[in-house]
Amino acid sequence: MKNFSGKVLFLDRSDINTDEIIPARYLTEITKEALKPYLLEDLTLPGFNVKEDINDKAVIVTKANFGCGSSREHAPWALEVNGINVVIAENFARIFRQNMYNCGMFAIELPKEKIEYLFENYAGKETTITIDVDKDKIIVTSADKSEEIDFKVGEFDKTLVKEGGWVGYADKNY
Amino acid sequence: MGKTIAEKIFDAHRVNMPFPDTHVLKLDRVFCHEITTPIAITDLMARGMDRVFDPTKIKAVIDHVTPAKDSKTAEQGKILRDWAKRHGIKDFFDIGRNGVCHAIFPEKGFVRPGYTVIMGDSHTCTHGAFGAFAAGVGTTDLEVGILKGVCAFHFPKTIKFVLNGSLKPGVYAKDLILFIIKELTVNGATNMVIEFTGPVIDAMSMESRMTLCNMAIEAGGTCGVCYPDMTTVEYLWEFIKDEFSSKEEALKEYSKWVSDADASYEKVYEYDVSNLEPMVTFGFKPDQVKSVNEMTGTKVDQIYIGSCTNGRIEDLRIAASILKGKKISDDVRAIVSPATPDIYSLALKEGLIEIFQNAGFCVTNPTCGACLGMSNGVLADGEACAATTNRNFNGRMGKGGTVHLMSPATAAASAIEGKITNSPLYKA
Repeated sequence: MKNFSGKVLFLDRSDINTDEIIPARYLTEITKEALKPYLLEDLTLPGFNVKEDINDKAVIVTKANFGCGSSREHAPWALEVNGINVVIAENFARIFRQNMYNCGMFAIELPKEKIEYLFENYAGKETTITIDVDKDKIIVTSADKSEEIDFKVGEFDKTLVKEGGWVGYADKNY
Repeated sequence: MGKTIAEKIFDAHRVNMPFPDTHVLKLDRVFCHEITTPIAITDLMARGMDRVFDPTKIKAVIDHVTPAKDSKTAEQGKILRDWAKRHGIKDFFDIGRNGVCHAIFPEKGFVRPGYTVIMGDSHTCTHGAFGAFAAGVGTTDLEVGILKGVCAFHFPKTIKFVLNGSLKPGVYAKDLILFIIKELTVNGATNMVIEFTGPVIDAMSMESRMTLCNMAIEAGGTCGVCYPDMTTVEYLWEFIKDEFSSKEEALKEYSKWVSDADASYEKVYEYDVSNLEPMVTFGFKPDQVKSVNEMTGTKVDQIYIGSCTNGRIEDLRIAASILKGKKISDDVRAIVSPATPDIYSLALKEGLIEIFQNAGFCVTNPTCGACLGMSNGVLADGEACAATTNRNFNGRMGKGGTVHLMSPATAAASAIEGKITNSPLYKA
């Protein structure tokens, strides 16, 4: 399994699309590692500094419909090569969500009020999130606070996370 | 309880359900292009699994950057080309015979009612216009599709649009889908199939239905679907005439791929669209839509007519009918990309290319080109493009650029005026 623990990057906007996550001009790369410098390059968001804010982050917390637009798996790959294997949002675009699990990464959906709660209580502070894969819990920690939040994930998705992705599973079973 | 077309297709293709709400489907078609497929190919090679499930069901094309613009894109093309050759994939469309995937594959008769189709491209939803279940997927799903001929999906909840009345002259499928995306929002159909039904769809050509289904993804939809009818049979006839004794027989067979009257829907939307106006986007999301009248006079720098949404012969005919005998404004440059070589040839034969050239358009080879700013037609920082494409995301057509999505008619009228302009002005 991949690493599902570390510092959190809060992105306070809905509908962040795949072109913002990784612009099409970089889709000519044929290795995942080559995408590393370009993650979120076209995202303009008040308070977000692409050069400084991605460093050492492992988890993204954002709003609704993250990853909408293109089918490019370069979006999860660009996250992965930057050490980000978990995105937590109200919901995801279908293809992006499936791509995350197909790569053995987490795209966790939480109700709107839980997402709002995370933004109100943790955004702007140094926050760490750890995913407890067996107990289906998100452990959130900041300097003054630590708590656990339950999440639900389908059996298929969890199997992909544990098996490290869809290719290995499909090869064994189909 | 009856079934929707998507449920019927799922039932006919289900291999198994390894987990709750996980339907592994057998695939009739796996489509490939040179941007998302090479990494699947190199990964399969690295795993020692360089095989394909069925070379006759896999179709491949170089379309996003063609001819190659640099060493990297040349390498992407080479990986796809070598792989197609190695595995005996006969339907590989290389430079000179290539066109935009979602235009050339239907044109070759590769999509039939009731089929399951995947491709590593979000606009794969286009092929639902034939009464198929067609979904864009990532490279990993594509890789498994190539290797095993299967793909896993969650249950397809369906929403239905019943579109009554008839579209006014100067109003097209593009205007209708922009209106629908505005109603749904970009997250409104996430994880859902969108059925387009009603007299407006019945009267539409296959080209217009493809335009409509093409943009289902912009509302988050898994697939857009139109029911197969005689229009579908007529379009496919040259490819299926040996399978059926008559068009009526083909229609009878294909009619199994129509939703039952008592099928269950997540939601049904019913509109009379007789008063719909030409529509256009503003901002950076495809649901930011206004009528062209509200946006009239908005300055643009470039016009682009083409793409998997609106680069078909019908689109070129509409644009040319407005441009005939006219010149584009000195304040803009304009590009037209016929979506396939056959469309290009037909446009030449019909004199459309001459009209575009006389008006001052640059005519390019068939390619995805400017739509996603990967090869030609890239915008400079701060520039705006009036485009018949499908996405107006920030920087989509070039960093710092803006895209206004519109119909070919609106794009043609806007080229003449150098600013967003209502096309019926030129229809008088």
